[in-house]
Amino acid sequence: MGAIRKYLKILRISLVERLAYRADFFLTTFLRFLPLVTTFLLWEAIYTGSEKDEIAGFTRDKMIAYLLLVQISRMFSSMPGLSTGIARDIRDGNLKKYLLQPIDLLWYLLSYRGAHKIAYIATTALPYALLFFWFRDVFDLPGPWTWLAYFLSLVLAFLIGFFFEACIGIAGFWLLEVTSLMYIINIFTFFVSGQMFPLELLDQYPGAMEVLNALPFHYLAYFPAMVFLEKKQGDELILGLVIELAWAIALILVSRWMYRLGLRHYSAYGG
Amino acid sequence: MPIIEANGLSKTYRVYQKKEGLLGALRGLFSREYKEVKAVEDVRFAIEAGEIVGFLGPNGAGKTTTLKMLAGLIYPTNGTAQVLDHIPWQREDAFRRRFALVMGQKNQLWWDLPAADSFQLHREIYSLPTEQFHRTLGELTELFGVKELTRQSVRELSLGERMKMELIAALLHQPQLLLLDEPTIGLDVVAQVTILKCLRDYNSNRGVTILLTSHYMRDVEALCKRVLVITQGRLVYDGPLTGITDRFGREKLVKLQFDGSECPANLETFGDVTSRQGPTAEIKVDRQRVAAVMAAILDRYTVLDVSIHDPPLEQMIAKVFEQGGVQSPGTPVPGLSPQ
Repeated sequence: MGAIRKYLKILRISLVERLAYRADFFLTTFLRFLPLVTTFLLWEAIYTGSEKDEIAGFTRDKMIAYLLLVQISRMFSSMPGLSTGIARDIRDGNLKKYLLQPIDLLWYLLSYRGAHKIAYIATTALPYALLFFWFRDVFDLPGPWTWLAYFLSLVLAFLIGFFFEACIGIAGFWLLEVTSLMYIINIFTFFVSGQMFPLELLDQYPGAMEVLNALPFHYLAYFPAMVFLEKKQGDELILGLVIELAWAIALILVSRWMYRLGLRHYSAYGG
Repeated sequence: MPIIEANGLSKTYRVYQKKEGLLGALRGLFSREYKEVKAVEDVRFAIEAGEIVGFLGPNGAGKTTTLKMLAGLIYPTNGTAQVLDHIPWQREDAFRRRFALVMGQKNQLWWDLPAADSFQLHREIYSLPTEQFHRTLGELTELFGVKELTRQSVRELSLGERMKMELIAALLHQPQLLLLDEPTIGLDVVAQVTILKCLRDYNSNRGVTILLTSHYMRDVEALCKRVLVITQGRLVYDGPLTGITDRFGREKLVKLQFDGSECPANLETFGDVTSRQGPTAEIKVDRQRVAAVMAAILDRYTVLDVSIHDPPLEQMIAKVFEQGGVQSPGTPVPGLSPQ
């Protein structure tokens, strides 16, 4: 308990540091919306061209709602610079800091990233609110239980995103460079997380949905959005959340195990 | 009970030998050749509470490797160490709360924020009680003379001011042991001298034990009564700083100013003439012969001014290194340990 309090305090102090970059956050948010415009126009064309009301169970409005919601999912689950930062700390010897001080690298970085997310969400709340207000007609506001499930799915998405990327960064103990690896993984997750389109579009390919559902990546974007749209309900919703929690725990354990191995490697060879 | 006890610490690195060219790189994917590099070999010493000990040696001699083992960053290949009653590489929190390692080339503070914010972070990392934290911080900023600068972003500080902040951050949790790796590297003389003075004051007020490596003799002369000299991974000298002068400063430098506009021509007969400019000259004379040589010179010539110095410590240390270097590995250096 004492340890949790310590990391919460570290989070509070890191918040001050992260808020120093609020203008930067604010500006980059608008740049993030630009690709969205292209995506919307593309889907407009697809719906008009197909002359169908629904594609893969999504009406035109629901598709727009989905594409907006995955932005929110990614706001929680994307971890820019995390893995490359860890790998750089290992290579340049900044890792020493965490070995010399009574602090744990992963819990520290988690608090720091939590602070980053809070600062980011707080500074970009206004542009996001404007965006969602503009598109208010495509949403049906869900009930309180859905809100709760949605919030849970986002927090777990944050943990899955964090510990997955942390694992890649920790691989830096053995690899010299993780940047290109991360680049490949980012392209891959953009697709399999459902950030590009709802995974139902892949239903026509047998086995594709099953494979993607067995991976943790759909929790990074697709799953929380589907929860908000109330397309996951009842047992399906609860099972989804339980599996999401299991993934988060599994990734925490894997990253800790890799970190311990890495430290042993580092202490024996490098330093 | 010594604060640091190193018992036969050795560290051997396995270094991957990369072959030349593309073909070599491809071949390296399948079979790798490693070379064993002995960074530190059988180093033993003990440091008592309150001492300031200088750790000297040329680049790559094994100073930093030894410090890293003592700080628990790396495991030794052989040997043991006790630091503050702990085995350092077990990295227990109780151990880590009691020492600090400052590396001159590494930055621990948040770059874009005032140092005060980083200090707050340290307070949380070390779980320091608020009152104690503020008292220590007050004392330290006063000691280092940077009270007005803690609210300025670290980026805007000078190198010397930044180093002072780094040291304050390292001392906030009141460590009993301070390991310093090149703490004054890149600093100008003024900043160097103030930092040294602060460290000395802090040592005498708080009794903190300090082990520092440095390239600058000024650091060592100002702070350390005792020095450890390491070269090629082996400890070749452990004793008082003055012992180096006694053992390796076999010669004295005699500076002379003669009456008239020229030095006498036959100065070479008295010793090794290292410089000669108008009426002034500098002669290197064996220590035992200084009195005799001076008597002879004063007897023959009119001398306006004379001064006798030890050669600069740098030169003497270089000599220690050379002598350590010619020893074949495995044999102890005779007569070098004063114990």
